[in-house]
Amino acid sequence: MSVSLDKPRGPAPKKPRDLRSAEEIKVEKKKGRMGLYLILPGMAYMALFFAAPVVVLLSMSLFVKPEGAEIGEFVPGWNWAAYGDMLGHYWPVLVRSFVFALIATIAALIIAFPMAYLVAVRLRGKPLLKGVLLVLLVAPFFSSFILRTQAWKQILADEGFIAQTLKAVAILPQDASLTATPFAVICGLTYNFLPFMMLPIYASLERLDVRLLEAAGDLYASPVRTFAKVTLPQAMPGVFAGTLLTFIPAAGDYVNAAILGNNRDTSMIGQVIDSRFFKVIDYPGAAALSVILMICILILVLIYIRRFGTKDLF
Amino acid sequence: MYKTKLGKWFIPVVGGLAFVYLLVPIAYIFVISFNDGGKSNLQWKSFTWNNWANPCGAPGACESLGSSLSVGAIATLIATVLGTAVAIGLVRYRFRFRATADLLIILPLATPEVVLGASLLAQFLNLGWDLGYWTVIIAHVMFCMSFVIVTVRARVSGLDGRLEEAAADLYAGPMQRFWKITFPMLLPGIVAAALLSFAMSFDDFIITNFNSGTFSTFPKFVYVSAARGIPAQANVIGSAMFILALLIVIITQVFAYRRRKALAAQ
Amino acid sequence: MTTITTHQAQPSAPIPGSGADLVLSGISKHFADFTAVEEMDLTIPSGTFIALLGPSGCGKTTTLRMIAGLEAPTAGTISIGGDDVTKLPSHKRPVNTVFQSYALFPHLSIIDNVAFGLKQKKVRDAMAQAKAGLEMVELAHLANRKPAQLSGGQQQRVALARALVNRPRVLLLDEPLGALDMKLRRQMQVELKKIQMEVGLTFIHVTHDQEEAMTMADVVAVMNQGRIEQMGNPRELYELPRTAFVANFLGKSNLMPGTVVADAGDSVVVDVAGQRMELPKSRAVKTEGQIVLGVRPEKMRIAEVHMQGFEHAGNQLLGTVLDASFTGVSTEYLVEVPGIGTVGTFTQNLGQDPAKPGDEVRMSWEPEYTFGLDREDDLSAGVDAS
Repeated sequence: MSVSLDKPRGPAPKKPRDLRSAEEIKVEKKKGRMGLYLILPGMAYMALFFAAPVVVLLSMSLFVKPEGAEIGEFVPGWNWAAYGDMLGHYWPVLVRSFVFALIATIAALIIAFPMAYLVAVRLRGKPLLKGVLLVLLVAPFFSSFILRTQAWKQILADEGFIAQTLKAVAILPQDASLTATPFAVICGLTYNFLPFMMLPIYASLERLDVRLLEAAGDLYASPVRTFAKVTLPQAMPGVFAGTLLTFIPAAGDYVNAAILGNNRDTSMIGQVIDSRFFKVIDYPGAAALSVILMICILILVLIYIRRFGTKDLF
Repeated sequence: MYKTKLGKWFIPVVGGLAFVYLLVPIAYIFVISFNDGGKSNLQWKSFTWNNWANPCGAPGACESLGSSLSVGAIATLIATVLGTAVAIGLVRYRFRFRATADLLIILPLATPEVVLGASLLAQFLNLGWDLGYWTVIIAHVMFCMSFVIVTVRARVSGLDGRLEEAAADLYAGPMQRFWKITFPMLLPGIVAAALLSFAMSFDDFIITNFNSGTFSTFPKFVYVSAARGIPAQANVIGSAMFILALLIVIITQVFAYRRRKALAAQ
Repeated sequence: MTTITTHQAQPSAPIPGSGADLVLSGISKHFADFTAVEEMDLTIPSGTFIALLGPSGCGKTTTLRMIAGLEAPTAGTISIGGDDVTKLPSHKRPVNTVFQSYALFPHLSIIDNVAFGLKQKKVRDAMAQAKAGLEMVELAHLANRKPAQLSGGQQQRVALARALVNRPRVLLLDEPLGALDMKLRRQMQVELKKIQMEVGLTFIHVTHDQEEAMTMADVVAVMNQGRIEQMGNPRELYELPRTAFVANFLGKSNLMPGTVVADAGDSVVVDVAGQRMELPKSRAVKTEGQIVLGVRPEKMRIAEVHMQGFEHAGNQLLGTVLDASFTGVSTEYLVEVPGIGTVGTFTQNLGQDPAKPGDEVRMSWEPEYTFGLDREDDLSAGVDAS
């Protein structure tokens, strides 16, 4: 509202008494209620199908299996044992999930930054090329994430061109593989979440004022200094959002591990939750693991926001 | 424009390579879609048009594609309508529970898909609902709505409220103000949100896998058939969808670009 | 300040049917944490070009928004041509606004922007009238462009056409020239005034630029802290400010505290730091006790203290030149006067060079240029508010 332009200069009134008439306050409240009607359907939906399910998940993690029950039969209870059991069994998987996600996030950041810079800064004034590249970023979604991951598996396969070439020039030992390794899983994670890293950085750099760079150059700042002092601070909100949007889904992902991994040293927590639900039919265990994953991520994200964050993240 | 000797080639080369990296699997999918490779389709054998001539040849492939398109369209529609209303309400009005509302929007974005999928499954089991088409739609609307709200909200906050005042000053009532000024100005944001929403829904596997029961979407079809070897028809569908998306967006972009140029030249 | 001679006359006679008396009575606007407008009464005869002048935060924009219906008054009523419009929402008021930011609809072409109000009113030949409106501001050739493709000055004219085509009973202008550069601004001021004379509508022009207000308006209302401090035609306001705020905000003034020591019939004698000054009673807000004496810098003459032939002038001050800055047309002096402080004055460049820094000088002026204010006023009010 343009009212804020017209604030009086005089000293502010000492006590914050509301100066408006009762009718004005009523009108304001009515306006507020209009807003409430607008958000109500959407928020009710989120409450019913996001918030409530999380609560159900929490309670399910405490279910008990009665004596002589059939598979998949549980009754409500206060059994905390699932948490201990799951953590005891799967903490290495949990740690691995976070390590993989972290490496993939860093790799995606390194790859996505030049992409975003290229499109947002270098291609300014070339809207057509810029548009095409942006579309290329989102269009792969339509060819299906599973299909692309499967494609990587075949591209990196032992009998494939890349593995054969690497073996021929002895970069890769003859008996080694590219697939079914932690390396392949991390590559897949990096690849699949690249657009989520690139788009927010692009959005930040889009607003970068090129004249600032020129000014810095004029003042004899080296390119490295210019990057550190001008470009990076401008890109920070995007980098921040991008890292979160990459790390969080990567930590919970299991498709990459399932397709590109093996059974020994690549399994991720998502796979365990999936198999606890659908193969072992251990609902409390699966729910407990989900809750643990969610809590770990929330803690990590909160630390990250505290350390680097801005308030207006999304 | 600002350039240094290093930066001159470094950014375009590295950025370009990253785009190539992004497109490698697409190229692979496209090439292999012409392979006459039998059931497993793992090794290149010989070129054929057959897969493209008969994309529904593999049992279940086209049904799953149809399911994905239908789920995507319905989920996008619901998520866009509800999400746009929320975005406008959150930006334009002040009321209590705002913090709660913000949390309900942001948290799903900060929750891994397994957890979203698992908790919804828990809810459906708890309610005793049968898994299938509708539970998948419910799940997709939920995660799409957060994206719609975040995207449209940015657009609403960027909107100049004075434009609506100007419209009011020019005899437009509340409804006319919304449909003649606010809505057209928000439209690009809403369309972008809907496209993103559709893409996310179309490509979702994890949440779908938790909540679909025996109902199959295209990603689920690919994942399930991967055990026996993905039929070449899946590659045909994947390539075709990619090309279609690309063409639609590029054609609209070229049109918009031409129109801008024509207007500027006037 | 010599260019104010053009529109100093009384408000031009209303043209029948083309405007309407606007009456604000007892209007107040309170927001949760501050008061924007306090108990304002204002009657604007039909066909008047009035400027609401004041620093930012004085309530002038809020007043305008209340007239437009974009803000509801906390108390009081607004009527246009006798009809009470206080409760009428903005879209039902016969009032149009030219916004400071122009607020052109970016997704509509120029012609559609101009036709917007006409179409809302379901006017039959909306497009033809819009076209005529664009011709009036000489932009008909840009009808199919989008606002973003126009320069600031062109957008401003579109905004004006968009408001004017509706033939409102009152046209509101919210600092419409604020975003233009100086040259364009001057040009638009002349153009706006011309258009107002042609169409004969009531124009209410909000501005913080005193020169703009004085050049264009028939009547200027100086606002400060939610109230109208003084209202009148530009020359009257300038020559006879009634408050320290008006004296400082509208041009510059030398204000000196003093005490009335004698009554001399039509005037009073005031003691200012030991100097006796004459002040016509008709030019004083207060004629006894503690008052403030004021004089405009350009009304004073300055001469080296021993120079002959200047002693006769009525009011005098003696002081030492602190600073003399030559600006071409004139030389501006800052003179330290014992017991009063720094006094400013200037001389037109007639080829002479009356004084240098350090010189002892005498400043004199005719008593009829002196004005008297209330001692209660804050003497620095409005000094650098503009």
